[in-house]
Amino acid sequence: MKANALIINERDNVAVVLEDIPKGGRVLLSDGREMEAREEIPCSHKIALVDMAAGTRVIKYGEVIGLAGRDIPRGSWVHTHNLVGEG
Amino acid sequence: MAGGDAFRGYRRPGGEVGIRNHVAVLPSVACANGVAAAIAEEVPGSVPLLHGHGCGRGGEDLGIHLRTLVNLGHNPNLHGLLVVGLGCEALRAQYLAGEISRSGKAVEYLDIQEVGGSRKAVERGTEVVRRMVEEARKAVREEASLAEVTLGLECGGSDAFSGITANPAVGLVADWLVERGGTVILTETTEMIGTAHILRRRSRDEAVGCEVEARIREAERRTREILGPLAAMAIAPGNMDGGMSSIREKSLGCILKGGNTTINQVVDYGTPPTAKGLVVMDGPGYDVESMTGLAASGCQVIIFTTGRGNPIGFPVVPVIKVASNSLLYRNMEDDMDVNAGRILEGASLSELAEEIEGVLRRVLEGELTKAEINRQQGILCIYTTTPAL
Repeated sequence: MKANALIINERDNVAVVLEDIPKGGRVLLSDGREMEAREEIPCSHKIALVDMAAGTRVIKYGEVIGLAGRDIPRGSWVHTHNLVGEG
Repeated sequence: MAGGDAFRGYRRPGGEVGIRNHVAVLPSVACANGVAAAIAEEVPGSVPLLHGHGCGRGGEDLGIHLRTLVNLGHNPNLHGLLVVGLGCEALRAQYLAGEISRSGKAVEYLDIQEVGGSRKAVERGTEVVRRMVEEARKAVREEASLAEVTLGLECGGSDAFSGITANPAVGLVADWLVERGGTVILTETTEMIGTAHILRRRSRDEAVGCEVEARIREAERRTREILGPLAAMAIAPGNMDGGMSSIREKSLGCILKGGNTTINQVVDYGTPPTAKGLVVMDGPGYDVESMTGLAASGCQVIIFTTGRGNPIGFPVVPVIKVASNSLLYRNMEDDMDVNAGRILEGASLSELAEEIEGVLRRVLEGELTKAEINRQQGILCIYTTTPAL
């Protein structure tokens, strides 16, 4: 199975999925790690790589793109519904 | 990569290196477009630089247009040029030609009113340009170095993959060129909104950092002022399809193509930098105006990333098209030079960067880009701040 999620920068705590992932779907990360999607994640959207408590800085491209607006468990879809401000 | 830092280019009188050897016909005002186009049509091997400006604007815009046309004339890809004026315009052909000739290149001018109308102007201009093209044919490529290359970066018709495939791969190429002493110009200030603090941190010193930040804040203010309630469509978070959750996230995907080196200078639209390395040119996000600014800033080559597929080129500057996804690449293969969509299929960013470096090296040495093969020349659009008077 080829990687279906891309970690752009090693500091990132989210990855970008490269295809639509169903709930419970297997996600193979570009660094070789594997995880499970807690919910459906549309292609080119972000998946949480670690458990993030509310207020955690969400990092993509090695930079803060916002803060977790609530607790975001590993494997969750990260988007405007749970990401706030711009850190 | 083979080949070290050397390539072969055309050495200009001022010492700069061109990667093309064009003879151009430049109207000083839109009223001279017809004559300029007719001259270029008469002389194979010449290029018309048609545009819609040169008169009928306030001082600020005339200044921008003057600077842009003069600096475009200085672009090292030009061997020589004929400036065609009308005779009563604000930006006079004689003045433009005088300013451009400071580069030491062959520059001549004529005014349509002075030579007795358009037919005579075409005859006279054709003679001049034919002579210039014959001269230009004698030029041979000489040894040059990547340190003498100025690369412009552009993205247009971006999609959700631009920021994860094409832009990061191009960013590695930008870093590669800067390491070799070259210059890379990142522009499209409107697409930096939300990243001012990041670019400031990445600047050489406090002065450059403050300048970057000020330009981005101004772009945001202007965007809000011009678009009003529609600004939310462009700069509010969460409105982007494809998983962009904040304006900063979107902008980070754009600035990624500038790589990770230090920002050494900020220049105005259409102004050549004096620093090497990574430079920010303050300019619009509109591709065609942006590319004119890059060409006037001295870029010999532009790398253009696209997700939806934009075929546009630039008359005297090769534009390398990098597709962000394979669907686009297959759909518009005749317009695309590189398929960064391979990253989505398992290729690494560094593999793609090496491929782009290879294409860039070949284009520097004369290999035509798809946009050049397709004669994607069109007209120049130049940044303008106010309506015509």
